[in-house]
Amino acid sequence: MDGLPGMPWPLPWPFDRSYMQLALVAGMVVGIAAPCVGTFLVQKRLSLLGDGIGHAAVAGVGAGLLVGTGPTWTALVVAVAAAAAVEWLRARGSASGDLALALIFYGGIAAGVVLASRSTDANLQPYLFGSILTVGADDAYAVLGLGVAIVVAIAVAGPALLAVVLDEDSARVSGIPARTLNVLLAVLTAVTIVAAMRVVGVLLVAALMVLPVASARLVARSFRGTMLGAVAVGVTSVMLGLAASRQWALASGGTIVLVAVGVFVVVSVVQALRAGAGRPGAGLLSGPG
Amino acid sequence: MRMNLSRGRAVLAARGISFAYGPEPVLDDVGFELAPGEFVALVGPNGSGKSTLVRVLVGLLTPHAGTVRLFGEAPGRLRQRWRIGYVSQRLRLAPDLPVTVEEVVATGRLARRGWWRRARPDDRAAVDHALESVALAELRRRPLTELSGGQQQRVLIAKALASEPELLILDEPVAGVDAASQRQFRDSLVHLVEEHGAAILLVSHELGAVADDLDRVIVLKRRVVFDGPPAELAATGVSLGIHADDLPLWLEELA
Repeated sequence: MDGLPGMPWPLPWPFDRSYMQLALVAGMVVGIAAPCVGTFLVQKRLSLLGDGIGHAAVAGVGAGLLVGTGPTWTALVVAVAAAAAVEWLRARGSASGDLALALIFYGGIAAGVVLASRSTDANLQPYLFGSILTVGADDAYAVLGLGVAIVVAIAVAGPALLAVVLDEDSARVSGIPARTLNVLLAVLTAVTIVAAMRVVGVLLVAALMVLPVASARLVARSFRGTMLGAVAVGVTSVMLGLAASRQWALASGGTIVLVAVGVFVVVSVVQALRAGAGRPGAGLLSGPG
Repeated sequence: MRMNLSRGRAVLAARGISFAYGPEPVLDDVGFELAPGEFVALVGPNGSGKSTLVRVLVGLLTPHAGTVRLFGEAPGRLRQRWRIGYVSQRLRLAPDLPVTVEEVVATGRLARRGWWRRARPDDRAAVDHALESVALAELRRRPLTELSGGQQQRVLIAKALASEPELLILDEPVAGVDAASQRQFRDSLVHLVEEHGAAILLVSHELGAVADDLDRVIVLKRRVVFDGPPAELAATGVSLGIHADDLPLWLEELA
């Protein structure tokens, strides 16, 4: 099959085929949206929230497979519900909240496996680890819609989210609706997970939220610069990962995440060498600036 | 005990505030008022309930008894909350991600401009003015982590000033800050009182450079044990100035 109908000009290898172009659309959306949301999660020290909500979303995938609807929408409902529950528990701040999180996360993935086993099409694999090269046009447009919603939400609420992740108390005292914004961030995390489900899978999605941010913070000098740098790393990881997975027939989700890991290692080493040249004794994992 | 209400309606009024975390009371029948333009220090030994009181005053904690009024409204009912500037005791001064001085200060303007709106020229001007009033305009693009402790504290003051508040509440803002930064800090506060007529409640266990500028000192030890002009406190033999250890020592003796 040749390029997508409606594509204004032919794309070069590896994006010359329509399935690669659909993969590119879905991948780029996730490469942009996941680091945007991840930047706030890292500053809030909730780096692993995406991982947990991803586990819970499996219940939605299983339910979708069982009733025969598109798993994207059932996963979206379950992920958003899990995100709201997690944020509610976090805001209460009780010690048992930690155990309640475990209940939601593992209960979710277990329910997903059981529900999927009762369906005729019991293949969870594409949702757990991604299968971007089999993304259809409908899926790609759904991912595009979710991605646009995420980026618009971040563009509007980004400054207020920054105020809350920097100092929640003073934001609340000044009248910024911190609780609402915390819920918004959790919901955006859930939407990102569902958008990224077919790209890297729910078990690897947190990597695309966190690893590009970890690389960008080593170089950037501002919050805005960190977010833009993380988006650049995210997009680069997706493109290189897709190319490598086509060339060598590798699992695309894992390849994309390994590229993001590789970028982090390269940036860390370059920064350490630069710091070492100017300042003896600078460490590999030292902070920004 | 003197109540200075001659300059208009109280911007802050606390009456009969009691609070306890467990069986042990932290605050017991605490009451005082702040008039517009008043510069008041709230001092007390460690564990005297200062920070708890501040969290009650700004509405982060609900008192077990008593009432708080901010500009005549209960904390939860005040709509124009940007009229309160609040510098909390522990902002994460070493953020996990790089963030510039200007980015931090600009977050202080959000509530006033409407957090979902884009910044207008007067919002940018207010941020510029806040940076200038703490002498940080030249460092605005620097990451927070490259600044000294004193400079970081001034960033927090500028953030609170960016909404042009009518009441500024600062919780232990000068703890561990060098003398030069304390003088700069003092100048920023005096500027806010004199130019904008704002009221300031400064919570501390050392008064440092501001001792001469205060209208009143309130001493808290679970309840208000002194409320009056600094001269009256000084007359008891307590020196309040910078480098003076008397106040902290005297406060500890109260404990």
